[in-house]
Amino acid sequence: MDQSNLLEKRVGVFICHCGTNIGGFLDVEDIEEYTKGLPDVVFTQRNLYTCSEEGLSQIKNGIKEHNLNRVIVASCTPRTHEPLFKRVCSEAGLNPYLFNFVNIREHCSWVHMHERKQATKKAKDLIRMGVARVRLLEPEEDIEIDVEPACLVIGGGIAGLTASTSLAKRGFKVVLVERDATLGGLLRDLYKLYPICEDATNVLEGRKREGESYPNLEILTSSEVKEIKGFVGNYEVTVDIQYPRHGIRIIKVGVIIVATGAKVLIPEGLYGYDGKRIITQLELEKRLKEEREKLKRLNNIVMIQCVGARGDKRAYCSKVCCMVAIKNATLISRLNPEAKIYIIYRDIIQVHGTEYEDYYREARDAGILFVRYHPENEPVVSDEYVKIYDEMLGEDILIPYDLLVLSTPLVSWEDASNLAKMLKVPLDENRFFLEAHVKLRPLDFATDGIYVCGTCHWPVSVPEAVSQALGAAARASIPMANKKVRVESIISEVDKDKCIACGLCASVCPYKAIEIKKTEGGKKAEVISASCKGCGSCGASCPMSAITMHQFTDEQILSQVKAVLP
Amino acid sequence: MPKDVLVIGGGVSGIQASLDLADMGLKVHLVEKLPSIGGRMAQLDKTFPTNDCSICILAPKMADCFGHENINTLTFSEVREVSGREGDFKVRVVKKARGVDETLCTGCGECIEKCPVKVPDEFNMGLSERKAIYLYFLQAVPRIATIDRDNCLMITKGKCGICKKVCQRGAVDYDQKDKEITLQVGAIIVAVGFDPYDPRNTSQYGYGRCKNVITALEYERLICASGPTGGHLVRPSDHKEANKIGYVQCVGSRDVRKNPYCSSVCCMHSTKEAILAQEHNPGVECFVFYTDIRAPGKDFQRYIKRGMAEYGVIYIRGRVAEIIQDEDENPVILYENTETDKVEHMKLDLVVLATSLVPRHGINEFANLLGVDLDNFGFIKTDPFNTVITTREGIFACGYCQSPQDIPESVAQASGAAEKAAEICFR
Repeated sequence: MDQSNLLEKRVGVFICHCGTNIGGFLDVEDIEEYTKGLPDVVFTQRNLYTCSEEGLSQIKNGIKEHNLNRVIVASCTPRTHEPLFKRVCSEAGLNPYLFNFVNIREHCSWVHMHERKQATKKAKDLIRMGVARVRLLEPEEDIEIDVEPACLVIGGGIAGLTASTSLAKRGFKVVLVERDATLGGLLRDLYKLYPICEDATNVLEGRKREGESYPNLEILTSSEVKEIKGFVGNYEVTVDIQYPRHGIRIIKVGVIIVATGAKVLIPEGLYGYDGKRIITQLELEKRLKEEREKLKRLNNIVMIQCVGARGDKRAYCSKVCCMVAIKNATLISRLNPEAKIYIIYRDIIQVHGTEYEDYYREARDAGILFVRYHPENEPVVSDEYVKIYDEMLGEDILIPYDLLVLSTPLVSWEDASNLAKMLKVPLDENRFFLEAHVKLRPLDFATDGIYVCGTCHWPVSVPEAVSQALGAAARASIPMANKKVRVESIISEVDKDKCIACGLCASVCPYKAIEIKKTEGGKKAEVISASCKGCGSCGASCPMSAITMHQFTDEQILSQVKAVLP
Repeated sequence: MPKDVLVIGGGVSGIQASLDLADMGLKVHLVEKLPSIGGRMAQLDKTFPTNDCSICILAPKMADCFGHENINTLTFSEVREVSGREGDFKVRVVKKARGVDETLCTGCGECIEKCPVKVPDEFNMGLSERKAIYLYFLQAVPRIATIDRDNCLMITKGKCGICKKVCQRGAVDYDQKDKEITLQVGAIIVAVGFDPYDPRNTSQYGYGRCKNVITALEYERLICASGPTGGHLVRPSDHKEANKIGYVQCVGSRDVRKNPYCSSVCCMHSTKEAILAQEHNPGVECFVFYTDIRAPGKDFQRYIKRGMAEYGVIYIRGRVAEIIQDEDENPVILYENTETDKVEHMKLDLVVLATSLVPRHGINEFANLLGVDLDNFGFIKTDPFNTVITTREGIFACGYCQSPQDIPESVAQASGAAEKAAEICFR
């Protein structure tokens, strides 16, 4: 279509009866008559269903026969139908950004079913507003960005390794960066894994072998990410490699998976922790791995749950410690069936699901004793005994111990915030990475092109870390498989002449889509089109009115306000 | 040439797996046996721990899924036969006769309005009635009417025909036949979800005998603004507002005689339900009768604390022995308080049973048809360290049908299953 023609505004309005959904409650004929009188409206049509094949071809014919250069459909909700109508406009040669949706079903007939007159008037108001806006719309093109078909995975524990391997298997180039000298993360220190008492080493070695078999998976150990520049599809990552030779590598990737894991809390100052007779579950794993003979000779083993967790400092439950304790207690009882093993737990044993509950039951059957404590009556540890108030007996009991094992939570790395800053993604109050949506986007960040899995997001078991890692790989593969990302041109734009680089816009942007950059005219805000979601926060906050929202300009919005105010 | 994928089950897991695969560029056939996609999540009012409106966050995904150019959504359809092997499965699907031409129906509702037959509405857990031609629920996707062949007067008795007469699009077709479709796919993802346990099998809890004892899923519909009472929290017996509500945990769960496992989500959904009761009707008294509070997910502990501190939800540690009703049909809970070791009872207006969530009815036959094994509990058996891999190569599982889990876990696992299917289908 000849774009110069857009100077003369020719608006077509299609009004839908939606069967009786609209037609039964509004005076649609009256609405059409009214619409004919609105400025620049040159064509109107009522459809029984605008979304039916018939309705759609009426839109196409209208555009062609009446040379329409702006189209309004007054019907249901843009959530379900806007893509359809935009596509039809496009097929008829009209730039789809010159389409405007007016909702007279949800906003009129459905909510004001019993007020025909008022609802009809409201529909007229909404259409008048729509016409005011559509006259000011400008043609736009979708923004398309090329994607580098390569993925950076940060962290070489079970999660990072699984994600890398799967993507490599699918043929993508993957760079796995691990800061330790070896892969494996927490799994390296574990003995057996619940629920089937598999050797952690076996699981890990199997995964490592598979990963190493793909030439398109590059593993950089003793390496750290130092800087990340760019946006979805086009990240430039600086990696500092310590070994075998110190050097700096610049890596270009399209997407990033964060799988940096967590660490086990060392309970300094709690319950007499000394790393010898009073140890953590992780230290016990090591002894189970290397000093089983010694462990066999111990008769009294006591474990305390929720050490350093679910208190004022760390309010959360670390999810895995109950199962770890039950598993380790079971392993000890198998080594020495005569051993007296107590698990002192604080009000809950987290063994949700099927097999874990079984595991718990079997542990009790094997003679492992579970004693409950209240936070106001915490266990007291002396040299020989753990003193605990037994609720059943209603009195203190003394449990002797040869080995006291403290179940401490998984905590985030202190430097998680550095990485978060580099990636421009948020952390939660416990410094775990914060996903885009708690319910429906558990593996994405709000920022496009970056994904999360494993214990850096929240404590999880090995099986759960694996399924999350596969999921993150699936999500990360989408832009790579398409080699492109396409975004609607509903984005903000900065007027460089007005911008004073105050940085307010960059600080309020939830998608980190604005950067303050040095230009010839001094520092200026710059929008990364690929990352912008068009939310408008920047535009609203700019003190210089230097930011324009495409498709929602001040002028367009004010025209609607003026149209509705008497 | 990339191969297609079959996804069985159109709940949130199936939708997520389909969307991921379709966005990668693979063609997906999503088979859902009900007239609409959406699954159990569509029936929930709000979701923990953010109290997001369930259908409001799910509906856009449903629309994305149905409208996706790479997804062939087959609703009201069932998988009947699977043959072949990984990379090359042949699947026979039956698209059941809906009695309505899907290409013509616009979901306007004219036929539903005029249909004279009323039957219990399964989406609302039987708490309201629907017609014999119906939309599965208000936000159903696709928005296409379905004729209930067992109750339609025209089909059962040969008289009526009103819906056909009023349909301006000529979409009603009583003689429509089941249609067989054969699909060729490289991988299969199973995401068939769960059924709620029938608490009549734990008869001491009075369900079915005491009018004001309902299940959690019934409660979700009751408290939902688009539910049978428009969101008014009233008791079934007299439609009076419920001011004192008990939420009973582990009904059929953690019970060696019934389901020995923990259903994983009930402590949290009961807390949510109590919080919602407070939001609907501040001052209502809420009591949760629990065995242990199992809440290990992200921010779950904080949610429980919030329930106690901000909403005054009272948690009573004690397994309920029996629920009876007094002469005014008020349920009375008899329980042992295991904190005080005392046997106590409490009279309430309404009792909500957090029933166990169990494998789908007919899961054994379904597993046979697929050629996959089940675990000891009837969930689809998977690799202990790769929980999407079933016992048959090329078939993957995700969501509650694999093991008890909540929505984010199901969504993450669905993406994981999609990844495994993609490994095969892009090969």
